[in-house]
Amino acid sequence: MGKNGLEFEKPILEFESRIAELKELASSLETDLSAEIKALERRFLKEKKAIYSRLTPWHKVLMQREAPRPRSSDYIDSLMHNKVELFGDRIFGDDPALIGGLAEFRGYEVVFLGQEKGRDTKERLARNFGLMHPEGYRKALRLMKLAEKFSKPVITFVDTQGAHPGVDAEERGQALAIGENLAQMSALEVPIICVVIGEGGSGGALGIGVADKILMLENAIYSVCLPEVCSEILWRAKMTPPAAAEALKLTATELLELGIVDEAIAEPLGGAHKDPRLTIYRVGRALKRNLDILTSISIDELVEQRYQKYRNIGMTGDNGC
Amino acid sequence: MGETELSQKYRICSECGYHCPLGSYERIELIADAGTFVEYDVQLESMNPLAFPQYPDKISRDKNLTGLKDAILTGEGLIGGCPAVVGITDHRFLMGSMGSVLGEKIVRCIERAIDKRLPVVIFSSSGGGARMQEGMLSLMQMAKTSAACMKLRKSGLLYINVLSFRSFAGVMASFAGLGDIIIAEPGTLIGFTGERGRSSINQVLPEGFQTAEFMVERGMVDMVVHRKDMKAVLSDVLDFFS
Repeated sequence: MGKNGLEFEKPILEFESRIAELKELASSLETDLSAEIKALERRFLKEKKAIYSRLTPWHKVLMQREAPRPRSSDYIDSLMHNKVELFGDRIFGDDPALIGGLAEFRGYEVVFLGQEKGRDTKERLARNFGLMHPEGYRKALRLMKLAEKFSKPVITFVDTQGAHPGVDAEERGQALAIGENLAQMSALEVPIICVVIGEGGSGGALGIGVADKILMLENAIYSVCLPEVCSEILWRAKMTPPAAAEALKLTATELLELGIVDEAIAEPLGGAHKDPRLTIYRVGRALKRNLDILTSISIDELVEQRYQKYRNIGMTGDNGC
Repeated sequence: MGETELSQKYRICSECGYHCPLGSYERIELIADAGTFVEYDVQLESMNPLAFPQYPDKISRDKNLTGLKDAILTGEGLIGGCPAVVGITDHRFLMGSMGSVLGEKIVRCIERAIDKRLPVVIFSSSGGGARMQEGMLSLMQMAKTSAACMKLRKSGLLYINVLSFRSFAGVMASFAGLGDIIIAEPGTLIGFTGERGRSSINQVLPEGFQTAEFMVERGMVDMVVHRKDMKAVLSDVLDFFS
Protein backbone atom coordinates (compact mmCIF):
# COMPACT_ATOMS: atom_id res chain seq x y z
CA MET A 1 0.00 0.00 0.00
CA GLY A 2 1.20 3.48 -0.76
CA LYS A 3 1.32 5.88 2.14
CA ASN A 4 -2.11 7.14 1.25
CA GLY A 5 -4.17 4.07 0.65
CA LEU A 6 -4.75 1.15 -1.62
CA GLU A 7 -4.76 1.34 -5.39
CA PHE A 8 -8.55 1.20 -5.65
CA GLU A 9 -8.83 4.07 -3.19
CA LYS A 10 -7.19 6.51 -5.61
CA PRO A 11 -10.43 8.19 -6.71
CA ILE A 12 -11.29 8.70 -3.05
CA LEU A 13 -7.95 10.33 -2.36
CA GLU A 14 -8.31 12.57 -5.39
CA PHE A 15 -11.73 13.64 -4.24
CA GLU A 16 -10.39 14.32 -0.76
CA SER A 17 -7.62 16.53 -2.05
CA ARG A 18 -10.08 18.46 -4.23
CA ILE A 19 -12.15 19.25 -1.16
CA ALA A 20 -9.04 20.27 0.74
CA GLU A 21 -8.01 22.56 -2.12
CA LEU A 22 -11.42 24.17 -2.22
CA LYS A 23 -11.29 24.79 1.53
CA GLU A 24 -7.86 26.35 1.18
CA LEU A 25 -9.05 28.50 -1.67
CA ALA A 26 -12.03 29.66 0.38
CA SER A 27 -9.86 30.73 3.27
CA SER A 28 -7.23 32.42 1.10
CA LEU A 29 -9.87 34.37 -0.85
CA GLU A 30 -11.84 34.98 2.32
CA THR A 31 -14.94 33.94 0.38
CA ASP A 32 -17.78 31.87 1.69
CA LEU A 33 -17.71 28.64 -0.31
CA SER A 34 -19.36 26.56 2.42
CA ALA A 35 -22.37 25.67 0.27
CA GLU A 36 -20.11 24.43 -2.52
CA ILE A 37 -17.93 22.56 -0.08
CA LYS A 38 -20.92 20.91 1.56
CA ALA A 39 -22.30 19.82 -1.80
CA LEU A 40 -18.94 18.41 -2.75
CA GLU A 41 -18.65 16.57 0.56
CA ARG A 42 -22.07 15.05 0.07
CA ARG A 43 -21.09 13.83 -3.36
CA PHE A 44 -17.84 12.60 -1.94
CA LEU A 45 -19.54 10.46 0.71
CA LYS A 46 -21.85 8.99 -1.92
CA GLU A 47 -18.90 8.25 -4.17
CA LYS A 48 -16.95 6.74 -1.30
CA LYS A 49 -19.82 4.45 -0.34
CA ALA A 50 -20.18 3.42 -3.95
CA ILE A 51 -16.50 2.60 -4.28
CA TYR A 52 -16.34 0.58 -1.07
CA SER A 53 -19.51 -1.31 -1.89
CA ARG A 54 -17.99 -2.33 -5.22
CA LEU A 55 -14.84 -3.90 -3.78
CA THR A 56 -13.92 -7.03 -5.69
CA PRO A 57 -12.69 -10.17 -3.92
CA TRP A 58 -9.18 -9.27 -5.04
CA HIS A 59 -9.50 -5.79 -3.51
CA LYS A 60 -10.37 -7.50 -0.26
CA VAL A 61 -7.34 -9.74 -0.55
CA LEU A 62 -5.15 -6.68 -1.02
CA MET A 63 -6.82 -4.92 1.89
CA GLN A 64 -5.87 -7.82 4.20
CA ARG A 65 -2.28 -7.66 3.15
CA GLU A 66 -1.68 -3.97 2.78
CA ALA A 67 -3.98 -2.01 5.04
CA PRO A 68 -3.05 -1.49 8.70
CA ARG A 69 -5.99 -3.54 9.96
CA PRO A 70 -6.40 -4.38 13.62
CA ARG A 71 -4.54 -7.58 14.47
CA SER A 72 -5.40 -10.38 16.88
CA SER A 73 -3.49 -8.67 19.68
CA ASP A 74 -5.62 -5.52 19.22
CA TYR A 75 -8.81 -7.51 19.75
CA ILE A 76 -7.32 -9.45 22.62
CA ASP A 77 -5.88 -6.35 24.33
CA SER A 78 -9.12 -4.39 24.02
CA LEU A 79 -11.66 -7.11 24.71
CA MET A 80 -9.93 -9.34 27.23
CA HIS A 81 -9.26 -8.35 30.82
CA ASN A 82 -6.99 -9.75 33.52
CA LYS A 83 -5.10 -11.48 30.79
CA VAL A 84 -2.55 -14.19 31.51
CA GLU A 85 -0.62 -15.13 28.40
CA LEU A 86 0.69 -18.70 28.30
CA PHE A 87 3.55 -20.01 26.22
CA GLY A 88 4.86 -23.19 24.70
CA ASP A 89 3.69 -26.60 23.58
CA ARG A 90 5.59 -28.59 26.24
CA ILE A 91 7.24 -30.57 23.47
CA PHE A 92 9.43 -28.37 21.36
CA GLY A 93 9.00 -24.66 21.99
CA ASP A 94 6.82 -21.60 21.87
CA ASP A 95 5.37 -20.23 18.65
CA PRO A 96 5.16 -16.43 18.62
CA ALA A 97 2.85 -16.60 15.58
CA LEU A 98 0.13 -17.73 17.98
CA ILE A 99 -0.89 -15.79 21.07
CA GLY A 100 -2.80 -17.71 23.68
CA GLY A 101 -3.88 -17.47 27.27
CA LEU A 102 -6.57 -16.96 29.87
CA ALA A 103 -8.74 -13.89 30.31
CA GLU A 104 -12.03 -12.46 31.37
CA PHE A 105 -14.40 -11.42 28.65
CA ARG A 106 -17.70 -9.73 29.56
CA GLY A 107 -18.40 -11.93 32.54
CA TYR A 108 -16.93 -15.10 31.07
CA GLU A 109 -13.61 -16.69 31.85
CA VAL A 110 -12.25 -17.78 28.49
CA VAL A 111 -9.20 -19.23 26.81
CA PHE A 112 -8.19 -17.07 23.84
CA LEU A 113 -6.03 -17.96 20.85
CA GLY A 114 -5.01 -15.63 18.05
CA GLN A 115 -2.77 -15.78 15.01
CA GLU A 116 -0.66 -12.64 15.11
CA LYS A 117 0.89 -11.22 11.96
CA GLY A 118 2.60 -8.32 13.70
CA ARG A 119 2.62 -4.65 12.74
CA ASP A 120 6.10 -3.35 11.97
CA THR A 121 8.87 -5.23 10.22
CA LYS A 122 10.58 -6.19 13.44
CA GLU A 123 7.45 -7.65 15.00
CA ARG A 124 6.44 -9.31 11.76
CA LEU A 125 9.74 -11.14 11.63
CA ALA A 126 9.53 -12.08 15.30
CA ARG A 127 6.02 -13.45 14.75
CA ASN A 128 6.91 -15.11 11.45
CA PHE A 129 4.14 -13.08 9.74
CA GLY A 130 1.54 -15.14 11.58
CA LEU A 131 2.62 -18.36 9.89
CA MET A 132 2.41 -21.06 12.54
CA HIS A 133 4.76 -23.98 13.09
CA PRO A 134 3.66 -27.37 14.47
CA GLU A 135 4.53 -26.20 17.98
CA GLY A 136 1.98 -23.42 17.53
CA TYR A 137 -0.79 -25.88 16.70
CA ARG A 138 0.28 -28.06 19.62
CA LYS A 139 0.38 -25.04 21.92
CA ALA A 140 -3.14 -24.17 20.76
CA LEU A 141 -4.28 -27.71 21.47
CA ARG A 142 -2.68 -27.70 24.91
CA LEU A 143 -4.58 -24.53 25.82
CA MET A 144 -7.83 -25.86 24.40
CA LYS A 145 -7.50 -29.04 26.46
CA LEU A 146 -6.87 -26.83 29.48
CA ALA A 147 -10.06 -24.92 28.64
CA GLU A 148 -11.91 -28.21 28.40
CA LYS A 149 -10.60 -29.44 31.74
CA PHE A 150 -11.95 -26.35 33.48
CA SER A 151 -15.04 -25.84 31.29
CA LYS A 152 -13.97 -22.48 29.86
CA PRO A 153 -15.16 -21.40 26.41
CA VAL A 154 -12.54 -20.93 23.71
CA ILE A 155 -12.34 -17.87 21.46
CA THR A 156 -10.00 -17.96 18.48
CA PHE A 157 -8.93 -15.16 16.12
CA VAL A 158 -7.87 -16.29 12.65
CA ASP A 159 -5.44 -14.15 10.67
CA THR A 160 -2.83 -16.02 8.66
CA GLN A 161 -1.84 -16.68 5.07
CA GLY A 162 -1.34 -20.30 5.99
CA ALA A 163 0.80 -22.69 7.97
CA HIS A 164 4.56 -22.14 7.81
CA PRO A 165 5.82 -23.96 4.70
CA GLY A 166 9.46 -24.51 5.75
CA VAL A 167 11.60 -27.61 6.13
CA ASP A 168 11.60 -27.39 9.94
CA ALA A 169 7.81 -27.37 10.07
CA GLU A 170 7.65 -30.44 7.85
CA GLU A 171 10.23 -32.28 9.94
CA ARG A 172 8.19 -31.67 13.06
CA GLY A 173 4.95 -32.92 11.51
CA GLN A 174 3.02 -29.86 10.36
CA ALA A 175 0.29 -31.93 8.70
CA LEU A 176 -0.17 -34.22 11.69
CA ALA A 177 -0.28 -31.29 14.12
CA ILE A 178 -3.01 -29.54 12.14
CA GLY A 179 -5.00 -32.74 11.63
CA GLU A 180 -4.92 -33.54 15.32
CA ASN A 181 -6.31 -30.08 16.12
CA LEU A 182 -9.17 -30.55 13.69
CA ALA A 183 -10.06 -33.87 15.27
CA GLN A 184 -9.77 -32.62 18.84
CA MET A 185 -11.63 -29.37 18.21
CA SER A 186 -14.51 -31.27 16.63
CA ALA A 187 -15.14 -32.99 19.95
CA LEU A 188 -13.88 -30.44 22.49
CA GLU A 189 -16.35 -30.32 25.35
CA VAL A 190 -16.59 -26.52 25.64
CA PRO A 191 -18.03 -23.88 23.32
CA ILE A 192 -15.66 -22.63 20.61
CA ILE A 193 -16.12 -19.41 18.67
CA CYS A 194 -13.82 -18.47 15.82
CA VAL A 195 -13.55 -14.97 14.36
CA VAL A 196 -11.87 -14.55 10.98
CA ILE A 197 -10.52 -11.01 11.31
CA GLY A 198 -8.25 -10.77 8.28
CA GLU A 199 -6.84 -13.53 6.19
CA GLY A 200 -8.03 -17.08 6.60
CA GLY A 201 -5.43 -19.06 4.72
CA SER A 202 -6.29 -22.71 4.14
CA GLY A 203 -5.40 -25.51 6.58
CA GLY A 204 -3.14 -23.18 8.52
CA ALA A 205 -6.16 -21.10 9.48
CA LEU A 206 -8.46 -24.07 10.00
CA GLY A 207 -5.97 -25.52 12.51
CA ILE A 208 -7.48 -23.16 15.10
CA GLY A 209 -10.74 -22.62 13.24
CA VAL A 210 -13.07 -25.54 13.95
CA ALA A 211 -15.86 -23.98 16.00
CA ASP A 212 -19.51 -23.92 16.99
CA LYS A 213 -19.82 -20.50 15.42
CA ILE A 214 -17.61 -18.93 12.78
CA LEU A 215 -17.84 -15.16 12.61
CA MET A 216 -16.15 -13.23 9.85
CA LEU A 217 -15.43 -9.57 9.31
CA GLU A 218 -17.08 -8.08 6.23
CA ASN A 219 -13.85 -7.56 4.29
CA ALA A 220 -11.94 -10.55 5.63
CA ILE A 221 -11.19 -13.45 3.32
CA TYR A 222 -11.12 -17.19 3.93
CA SER A 223 -9.82 -19.43 1.21
CA VAL A 224 -8.85 -23.01 0.44
CA CYS A 225 -5.63 -21.67 -1.08
CA LEU A 226 -3.96 -18.38 -1.92
CA PRO A 227 -5.42 -16.90 -5.11
CA GLU A 228 -1.87 -16.66 -6.47
CA VAL A 229 -1.32 -20.38 -5.92
CA CYS A 230 -4.63 -21.18 -7.58
CA SER A 231 -3.78 -19.01 -10.55
CA GLU A 232 -0.31 -20.54 -10.85
CA ILE A 233 -1.70 -24.06 -10.86
CA LEU A 234 -4.39 -23.11 -13.37
CA TRP A 235 -2.17 -20.89 -15.47
CA ARG A 236 -3.25 -22.66 -18.62
CA ALA A 237 -6.78 -21.57 -17.85
CA LYS A 238 -5.33 -18.04 -17.95
CA MET A 239 -6.64 -17.41 -14.52
CA THR A 240 -5.09 -14.29 -13.03
CA PRO A 241 -4.94 -13.88 -9.24
CA PRO A 242 -7.92 -11.48 -9.29
CA ALA A 243 -9.90 -14.00 -11.36
CA ALA A 244 -8.88 -16.79 -8.98
CA ALA A 245 -9.97 -14.68 -6.00
CA GLU A 246 -13.34 -14.39 -7.66
CA ALA A 247 -13.65 -18.07 -8.55
CA LEU A 248 -12.61 -19.33 -5.10
CA LYS A 249 -15.54 -17.59 -3.35
CA LEU A 250 -13.51 -16.33 -0.44
CA THR A 251 -15.50 -13.32 0.78
CA ALA A 252 -17.70 -13.19 3.87
CA THR A 253 -20.88 -12.69 1.83
CA GLU A 254 -20.16 -15.68 -0.38
CA LEU A 255 -19.16 -17.90 2.54
CA LEU A 256 -22.31 -16.95 4.39
CA GLU A 257 -24.30 -18.06 1.35
CA LEU A 258 -22.38 -21.33 1.17
CA GLY A 259 -23.11 -21.99 4.84
CA ILE A 260 -19.43 -22.04 5.81
CA VAL A 261 -19.63 -18.93 7.97
CA ASP A 262 -22.37 -18.29 10.51
CA GLU A 263 -22.26 -14.53 10.77
CA ALA A 264 -20.63 -11.60 8.98
CA ILE A 265 -19.65 -8.58 11.05
CA ALA A 266 -19.99 -5.20 9.32
CA GLU A 267 -16.86 -3.07 9.09
CA PRO A 268 -16.68 0.73 9.17
CA LEU A 269 -16.78 2.41 5.76
CA GLY A 270 -13.48 1.69 4.02
CA GLY A 271 -12.50 -1.21 6.24
CA ALA A 272 -11.68 -2.22 9.81
CA HIS A 273 -8.57 -0.04 9.90
CA LYS A 274 -10.56 3.15 9.28
CA ASP A 275 -12.07 2.83 12.74
CA PRO A 276 -10.45 0.02 14.74
CA ARG A 277 -12.35 0.91 17.92
CA LEU A 278 -15.72 0.53 16.24
CA THR A 279 -14.62 -2.71 14.60
CA ILE A 280 -13.41 -4.18 17.86
CA TYR A 281 -16.59 -3.05 19.59
CA ARG A 282 -18.70 -4.86 17.02
CA VAL A 283 -16.61 -8.01 17.29
CA GLY A 284 -16.95 -7.91 21.07
CA ARG A 285 -20.70 -7.52 20.82
CA ALA A 286 -21.00 -10.45 18.41
CA LEU A 287 -18.78 -12.63 20.59
CA LYS A 288 -20.83 -11.89 23.70
CA ARG A 289 -24.13 -12.60 21.97
CA ASN A 290 -22.87 -15.93 20.63
CA LEU A 291 -21.28 -16.93 23.93
CA ASP A 292 -24.60 -16.31 25.68
CA ILE A 293 -26.30 -18.65 23.23
CA LEU A 294 -23.64 -21.38 23.21
CA THR A 295 -23.18 -21.54 26.97
CA SER A 296 -26.91 -22.16 27.41
CA ILE A 297 -26.71 -25.39 25.42
CA SER A 298 -25.76 -28.63 27.17
CA ILE A 299 -22.28 -29.86 26.27
CA ASP A 300 -23.47 -33.14 24.76
CA GLU A 301 -25.90 -31.30 22.56
CA LEU A 302 -23.30 -28.69 21.63
CA VAL A 303 -20.72 -31.27 20.56
CA GLU A 304 -23.34 -33.18 18.57
CA GLN A 305 -24.47 -29.95 16.88
CA ARG A 306 -20.87 -29.16 16.01
CA TYR A 307 -20.42 -32.60 14.49
CA GLN A 308 -23.58 -32.20 12.43
CA LYS A 309 -22.61 -28.69 11.35
CA TYR A 310 -19.46 -30.00 9.68
CA ARG A 311 -21.10 -33.28 8.67
CA ASN A 312 -23.50 -31.32 6.50
CA ILE A 313 -20.96 -29.18 4.65
CA GLY A 314 -20.45 -30.17 1.05
CA MET A 315 -22.42 -30.57 -2.12
CA THR A 316 -22.63 -33.93 -3.84
CA GLY A 317 -24.71 -35.38 -6.61
CA ASP A 318 -26.45 -38.47 -5.35
CA ASN A 319 -28.11 -40.49 -8.08
CA GLY A 320 -29.91 -43.31 -6.42
CA CYS A 321 -29.85 -44.28 -2.74
CA MET B 1 11.47 -48.42 -17.28
CA GLY B 2 9.34 -50.74 -19.40
CA GLU B 3 6.17 -52.51 -18.34
CA THR B 4 8.00 -55.81 -18.69
CA GLU B 5 10.47 -54.86 -16.00
CA LEU B 6 7.76 -54.11 -13.52
CA SER B 7 6.62 -56.83 -11.30
CA GLN B 8 3.27 -57.39 -12.95
CA LYS B 9 1.31 -58.13 -9.88
CA TYR B 10 2.55 -55.39 -7.56
CA ARG B 11 3.53 -52.78 -10.10
CA ILE B 12 7.00 -52.44 -8.64
CA CYS B 13 10.15 -52.04 -10.70
CA SER B 14 12.07 -55.30 -10.41
CA GLU B 15 15.38 -53.43 -10.69
CA CYS B 16 15.05 -50.29 -8.57
CA GLY B 17 12.11 -51.23 -6.37
CA TYR B 18 10.14 -48.14 -7.39
CA HIS B 19 6.51 -48.46 -6.36
CA CYS B 20 4.37 -47.24 -9.23
CA PRO B 21 1.29 -45.39 -8.10
CA LEU B 22 -1.78 -47.62 -8.07
CA GLY B 23 -5.33 -46.83 -9.03
CA SER B 24 -8.02 -47.55 -6.44
CA TYR B 25 -9.33 -50.67 -8.17
CA GLU B 26 -5.81 -52.05 -8.65
CA ARG B 27 -5.20 -51.51 -4.95
CA ILE B 28 -8.33 -53.32 -3.85
CA GLU B 29 -7.28 -56.29 -5.99
CA LEU B 30 -4.04 -56.50 -4.04
CA ILE B 31 -5.53 -55.97 -0.60
CA ALA B 32 -9.00 -57.52 -0.35
CA ASP B 33 -9.57 -61.26 -0.35
CA ALA B 34 -10.91 -62.25 -3.75
CA GLY B 35 -14.62 -61.69 -4.17
CA THR B 36 -15.17 -60.15 -0.72
CA PHE B 37 -15.13 -56.42 -1.47
CA VAL B 38 -18.46 -54.64 -1.58
CA GLU B 39 -18.34 -51.02 -2.73
CA TYR B 40 -20.16 -48.23 -0.85
CA ASP B 41 -21.79 -45.13 -2.27
CA VAL B 42 -21.01 -45.88 -5.90
CA GLN B 43 -23.47 -43.25 -7.00
CA LEU B 44 -21.91 -40.19 -5.33
CA GLU B 45 -20.45 -37.74 -7.78
CA SER B 46 -19.04 -34.24 -7.83
CA MET B 47 -21.10 -31.21 -8.71
CA ASN B 48 -19.66 -27.83 -9.52
CA PRO B 49 -20.98 -25.89 -6.52
CA LEU B 50 -18.92 -22.75 -7.17
CA ALA B 51 -19.38 -22.85 -10.95
CA PHE B 52 -15.60 -23.03 -11.11
CA PRO B 53 -14.17 -22.63 -14.62
CA GLN B 54 -13.27 -25.89 -16.40
CA TYR B 55 -14.00 -28.05 -13.35
CA PRO B 56 -16.68 -30.19 -15.05
CA ASP B 57 -14.27 -30.89 -17.93
CA LYS B 58 -11.61 -32.13 -15.53
CA ILE B 59 -14.11 -34.27 -13.66
CA SER B 60 -15.33 -35.98 -16.82
CA ARG B 61 -11.77 -36.41 -18.11
CA ASP B 62 -10.74 -38.19 -14.90
CA LYS B 63 -13.94 -40.20 -14.69
CA ASN B 64 -13.11 -41.66 -18.08
CA LEU B 65 -9.51 -42.22 -17.07
CA THR B 66 -10.20 -43.99 -13.79
CA GLY B 67 -13.67 -45.49 -14.00
CA LEU B 68 -14.34 -43.76 -10.66
CA LYS B 69 -16.89 -41.02 -10.05
CA ASP B 70 -14.44 -39.14 -7.85
CA ALA B 71 -11.00 -39.53 -6.29
CA ILE B 72 -11.96 -42.29 -3.85
CA LEU B 73 -13.27 -45.81 -3.65
CA THR B 74 -14.85 -47.00 -0.38
CA GLY B 75 -16.38 -50.25 0.76
CA GLU B 76 -15.88 -53.25 2.97
CA GLY B 77 -14.28 -56.61 2.59
CA LEU B 78 -11.89 -59.11 4.08
CA ILE B 79 -8.16 -58.53 4.36
CA GLY B 80 -6.47 -61.85 5.02
CA GLY B 81 -9.71 -63.02 6.56
CA CYS B 82 -10.19 -59.94 8.74
CA PRO B 83 -13.25 -57.79 8.01
CA ALA B 84 -12.54 -54.10 7.52
CA VAL B 85 -13.96 -50.96 6.01
CA VAL B 86 -11.59 -49.70 3.32
CA GLY B 87 -11.13 -46.37 1.56
CA ILE B 88 -8.64 -45.76 -1.25
CA THR B 89 -7.94 -42.39 -2.79
CA ASP B 90 -6.79 -42.26 -6.40
CA HIS B 91 -3.97 -39.97 -7.50
CA ARG B 92 -5.17 -39.95 -11.09
CA PHE B 93 -8.43 -38.20 -10.26
CA LEU B 94 -7.54 -34.49 -9.86
CA MET B 95 -4.39 -35.55 -7.99
CA GLY B 96 -6.49 -37.39 -5.43
CA SER B 97 -7.67 -34.06 -4.08
CA MET B 98 -10.51 -33.83 -1.57
CA GLY B 99 -13.74 -32.13 -2.56
CA SER B 100 -17.25 -32.69 -1.22
CA VAL B 101 -17.57 -36.23 -2.58
CA LEU B 102 -14.29 -37.52 -1.19
CA GLY B 103 -15.08 -35.99 2.22
CA GLU B 104 -18.61 -37.37 2.23
CA LYS B 105 -17.48 -40.87 1.26
CA ILE B 106 -14.82 -40.90 3.98
CA VAL B 107 -17.37 -39.85 6.59
CA ARG B 108 -20.01 -42.33 5.40
CA CYS B 109 -17.58 -45.23 5.43
CA ILE B 110 -16.38 -44.31 8.92
CA GLU B 111 -19.94 -43.98 10.18
CA ARG B 112 -20.74 -47.42 8.73
CA ALA B 113 -17.65 -48.83 10.41
CA ILE B 114 -18.85 -47.45 13.74
CA ASP B 115 -22.31 -48.95 13.22
CA LYS B 116 -20.89 -52.32 12.28
CA ARG B 117 -18.04 -52.22 14.81
CA LEU B 118 -15.42 -52.70 12.09
CA PRO B 119 -11.87 -51.37 11.83
CA VAL B 120 -11.05 -48.88 9.08
CA VAL B 121 -8.11 -48.91 6.68
CA ILE B 122 -7.67 -45.86 4.47
CA PHE B 123 -5.10 -45.67 1.70
CA SER B 124 -4.08 -42.22 0.61
CA SER B 125 -2.27 -41.32 -2.57
CA SER B 126 -3.49 -37.75 -2.59
CA GLY B 127 -0.89 -35.23 -3.62
CA GLY B 128 -3.55 -32.61 -4.12
CA GLY B 129 -4.95 -31.82 -0.68
CA ALA B 130 -8.19 -29.88 -0.46
CA ARG B 131 -9.57 -29.47 -3.99
CA MET B 132 -9.42 -25.82 -4.93
CA GLN B 133 -12.23 -26.04 -7.46
CA GLU B 134 -14.71 -26.45 -4.60
CA GLY B 135 -13.11 -23.68 -2.56
CA MET B 136 -14.01 -23.55 1.11
CA LEU B 137 -16.39 -26.50 0.76
CA SER B 138 -13.22 -28.54 0.20
CA LEU B 139 -11.31 -26.98 3.07
CA MET B 140 -14.16 -27.81 5.43
CA GLN B 141 -14.01 -31.46 4.36
CA MET B 142 -10.80 -31.51 6.40
CA ALA B 143 -12.77 -30.64 9.52
CA LYS B 144 -15.62 -32.95 8.53
CA THR B 145 -13.44 -36.03 7.94
CA SER B 146 -11.32 -35.30 11.04
CA ALA B 147 -14.49 -35.10 13.13
CA ALA B 148 -15.50 -38.54 11.83
CA CYS B 149 -12.02 -39.89 12.63
CA MET B 150 -12.43 -38.56 16.17
CA LYS B 151 -15.77 -40.35 16.47
CA LEU B 152 -14.08 -43.52 15.31
CA ARG B 153 -11.31 -43.04 17.86
CA LYS B 154 -13.84 -42.55 20.63
CA SER B 155 -15.66 -45.69 19.53
CA GLY B 156 -12.56 -47.69 20.33
CA LEU B 157 -12.17 -49.00 16.81
CA LEU B 158 -8.88 -49.45 15.00
CA TYR B 159 -7.93 -46.96 12.31
CA ILE B 160 -5.01 -47.59 9.99
CA ASN B 161 -3.62 -45.17 7.41
CA VAL B 162 -1.56 -46.38 4.49
CA LEU B 163 0.26 -43.68 2.55
CA SER B 164 1.48 -44.37 -0.94
CA PHE B 165 2.94 -42.32 -3.80
CA ARG B 166 2.07 -38.92 -2.34
CA SER B 167 0.10 -37.67 0.61
CA PHE B 168 0.03 -33.95 1.22
CA ALA B 169 -1.74 -30.87 2.47
CA GLY B 170 -5.44 -31.03 3.31
CA VAL B 171 -5.60 -34.80 3.03
CA MET B 172 -2.49 -35.46 5.11
CA ALA B 173 -3.60 -32.82 7.62
CA SER B 174 -6.91 -34.58 8.16
CA PHE B 175 -8.10 -38.18 7.74
CA ALA B 176 -4.83 -39.51 6.25
CA GLY B 177 -2.82 -38.68 9.35
CA LEU B 178 -5.23 -39.48 12.17
CA GLY B 179 -4.83 -43.25 12.28
CA ASP B 180 -3.73 -45.31 15.27
CA ILE B 181 -1.10 -46.70 12.97
CA ILE B 182 0.40 -44.94 9.97
CA ILE B 183 2.12 -47.13 7.38
CA ALA B 184 3.85 -45.86 4.25
CA GLU B 185 5.07 -47.56 1.11
CA PRO B 186 8.76 -47.04 0.22
CA GLY B 187 9.49 -43.72 -1.42
CA THR B 188 6.12 -42.15 -0.66
CA LEU B 189 6.30 -38.39 -0.30
CA ILE B 190 4.55 -37.17 2.83
CA GLY B 191 3.99 -33.72 4.24
CA PHE B 192 1.89 -30.61 4.48
CA THR B 193 3.51 -28.26 2.00
CA GLY B 194 4.53 -29.76 -1.33
CA GLU B 195 7.07 -28.51 -3.81
CA ARG B 196 4.86 -25.81 -5.18
CA GLY B 197 4.11 -24.17 -1.88
CA ARG B 198 7.74 -24.24 -0.87
CA SER B 199 9.07 -22.31 -3.86
CA SER B 200 8.85 -19.04 -1.96
CA ILE B 201 10.94 -20.29 0.93
CA ASN B 202 14.03 -21.24 -1.06
CA GLN B 203 15.58 -23.51 1.56
CA VAL B 204 18.16 -26.20 0.96
CA LEU B 205 16.37 -29.50 1.42
CA PRO B 206 17.90 -32.28 3.49
CA GLU B 207 18.49 -35.55 1.66
CA GLY B 208 15.42 -37.69 1.29
CA PHE B 209 13.21 -34.84 2.47
CA GLN B 210 9.57 -35.83 2.96
CA THR B 211 10.11 -39.44 1.89
CA ALA B 212 8.49 -42.20 3.90
CA GLU B 213 11.90 -43.25 5.19
CA PHE B 214 12.68 -39.68 6.30
CA MET B 215 9.33 -39.37 8.05
CA VAL B 216 9.84 -42.64 9.93
CA GLU B 217 13.16 -41.28 11.17
CA ARG B 218 11.42 -38.11 12.33
CA GLY B 219 8.85 -40.17 14.21
CA MET B 220 5.88 -39.17 12.08
CA VAL B 221 5.13 -42.55 10.51
CA ASP B 222 5.17 -45.99 12.18
CA MET B 223 6.78 -48.03 9.45
CA VAL B 224 7.66 -48.41 5.82
CA VAL B 225 6.14 -51.53 4.33
CA HIS B 226 6.92 -52.92 0.89
CA ARG B 227 3.87 -53.36 -1.29
CA LYS B 228 4.27 -57.12 -1.55
CA ASP B 229 4.15 -57.38 2.27
CA MET B 230 1.34 -54.89 2.76
CA LYS B 231 -1.57 -57.31 2.90
CA ALA B 232 0.20 -59.58 5.37
CA VAL B 233 1.15 -56.67 7.65
CA LEU B 234 -2.38 -55.26 7.53
CA SER B 235 -4.00 -58.56 8.34
CA ASP B 236 -1.53 -59.09 11.21
CA VAL B 237 -2.36 -55.73 12.71
CA LEU B 238 -6.10 -56.17 12.14
CA ASP B 239 -5.91 -59.60 13.68
CA PHE B 240 -4.01 -58.31 16.73
CA PHE B 241 -6.70 -55.73 17.52
CA SER B 242 -9.72 -57.87 16.63
